[in-house]
Amino acid sequence: MTTTLDIQQLRKEFPILHQRVNGYPLVYLDNAATTQKPQSVINAISDYYNRYNANIHRGAHHLAHIATEAFEETRNKSKTFLNTQETSEIIFTSGTTDSINLVAQSWGRKNLQEGDEVLLSMLEHHSNIVPWQLIAEEKGATIKVIPINEKGELDLSAIDSLLTSKTKMVAVNHVSNALGTINPITQLIEKAHAVGAKILIDGTQAIAHFPVDVQELDCDFYAISAHKMYGPTGVGLLYGKKELLEAMPPYRGGGEMIKSVSFEKTTYNELPHKFEAGTPNIEGVIALGAAIDFINSQDWPSVHEYEMELLNYATTQLSSIDGLKLYGTAKEKVAVISFLIDGIHPYDLGTLLDKQGVAVRTGHHCTEPLWNHFGVVGSVRASFSIYNTVEEIDLFITALKKAIQLLK
Amino acid sequence: MSIEERQQEIISEFSMFSDWMQKYEYIIELGKELPLIETQYKTDDNLIKGCQSRVWLHAEMIENTIKFSADSDAIITKGLVALVVRVLSDEQPQAIAESNLHFVNDIGLNEHLSQTRSNGLASMIKQMKMYAVAYALKIKH
Repeated sequence: MTTTLDIQQLRKEFPILHQRVNGYPLVYLDNAATTQKPQSVINAISDYYNRYNANIHRGAHHLAHIATEAFEETRNKSKTFLNTQETSEIIFTSGTTDSINLVAQSWGRKNLQEGDEVLLSMLEHHSNIVPWQLIAEEKGATIKVIPINEKGELDLSAIDSLLTSKTKMVAVNHVSNALGTINPITQLIEKAHAVGAKILIDGTQAIAHFPVDVQELDCDFYAISAHKMYGPTGVGLLYGKKELLEAMPPYRGGGEMIKSVSFEKTTYNELPHKFEAGTPNIEGVIALGAAIDFINSQDWPSVHEYEMELLNYATTQLSSIDGLKLYGTAKEKVAVISFLIDGIHPYDLGTLLDKQGVAVRTGHHCTEPLWNHFGVVGSVRASFSIYNTVEEIDLFITALKKAIQLLK
Repeated sequence: MSIEERQQEIISEFSMFSDWMQKYEYIIELGKELPLIETQYKTDDNLIKGCQSRVWLHAEMIENTIKFSADSDAIITKGLVALVVRVLSDEQPQAIAESNLHFVNDIGLNEHLSQTRSNGLASMIKQMKMYAVAYALKIKH
C-alpha cells in the first residue's frame, strides 16, 4: 500500500471495529449496507440528548433555539457538501427510500399521465423501482428499463431508443449497490434533458466514495441516506431544483409543513418545510451534520486512491480462487465486489464467513431483477470502506478458503 | 421414538462437537446426502421462499402419521432441514402440532431461525405445523 492516510489512526475513531466476533477479530465488509460511525457522529447524538433536546422551529425557549440552530446548520452544511444553489433545496427525509417516494408521489402524481414513460435501469435497487411502479400503475404510465452489458455497465447504445418524448422521468443510481458500477450519469442527465425528461439520481452508494456537485451535474433530484456515509440510520436528504420543488404539491400533511390551518382552508409552508411534515429525526439530522464534517475532514483524492488499492488487492486475491466468478467488472467502479463460487450457495458462504468474524452480505441485495438477469439467486458481496485494511482482506480470503474447503 | 426423544438424541450427538467447525461439518454432511425430496414434489407449490435460501416441503399422510420430505438450495439450510424432518416426520398430526422444537436452540444454531437470516427454515417449521393442524382436523371429521 502506498497510501499516505493513517488508517490505524482513523480506525481508532470507529469504536465498533475493535471487537471479536465468534472468537475472531471483526472484519466488517458490509459497508454498502451501512457504514460504521465515527465517535464524532455518536457523540453528536448523545450530546443532543444530554444538552439540548427540544422540538424545533416552534419553541420560544432556549433549548428549542439551540436545537433549531443545530438542525438547520446541517442544512447549511448539506448545501455546501452537495453544492446546491440554495439551502431550501435540501429536504430532510428518513433516507433515500423516503426521498424517492416523495418525488414519485408528489412530482409523479402531478406530472405523470397515461402513456408517459419512466425510465429506470437494470441496476436499480428495489427502492428505485417500486415507488415508480406504484405511481405508474396509478397513472397508467409505463416503466422502461435500461439494459446492462456483461460487465454490469449500462448499455449506452440502448439509451437513445429508450429515451423518447414519452419519457417524463429517468431514475437511475449513481453507483450500483450490488455491483459497484459507477454509472455515466453526466451523459444520462444530458440525454434526459434533451428529450425534456426530469432525472432523479439515487446517490446512496456514491456519496461515501467521491464528492458530488449537483449544480455541475445539473440533475433535477439527488437522494442520499446518512447511514451509508458514516451517519445514523433513519435520516437522509433529497436535493431538488427549487423551481421543481416549488411546483410540487406536499404529499404528507401534518405539523411543520403548514402556514395556517382552518377546517375550510389550509395554506402550506414554504420550502423546505412544505415537505417536512411532523417532528423530524432531529438528532439524526444533527448527526448527519457531524458525518458531513467527518467526510470533509478527509483528503478525498487519497481516500479514493486508497479505496481503489483495496478494491484491486481484493479483486486480485479473489480471482486466484478456483471456481470464483466476479459479477460486475465495470471499468468505473467503487470498492464493491460481488461474486459466487461455482456450486456453492451464497447463504452457505455467508454463514461460514460469519462464523469466522467476517461480515459480508449475501442474497439479492434488493436488486432481484439484476440477479434474474444474470440467472443466479444472488451473490456474496464484500464492500469496503475507508477504515478497511489489506490485513482484513487477507483474513477475509483465508476465511473464504476455509469456508469453501468445508462446503466442497 | 417420540419427538422429544429424537430432540434429545440430536442434542446428545451435537454435544460431542467441541467447536463450530465440527458442528458445521456435520450439518454440511447431512446437507450433502441425497435429496430429501422426490423431484416430482420439488415444485413451486411446495416452495417456501426465504430472502436468502429456498426450501421445498412436501407432506403426506401415511396411516395416521405425517411423512415430511424437504429440500433446500443452500447446503447448510438443507442440513438443518434434515434435522427438523428427522424430528417431526412420521409422527401423528396432534403431536407435531403441539411439539416444542427446542433442539435448534439447544445445539446453538438458533441464529438460523432468527429473522435476519430469512432462510426459509422458520417458515418451513411453521408450514409443517400448519399441515399437522390441517391433518388433525381431517382425522376428527
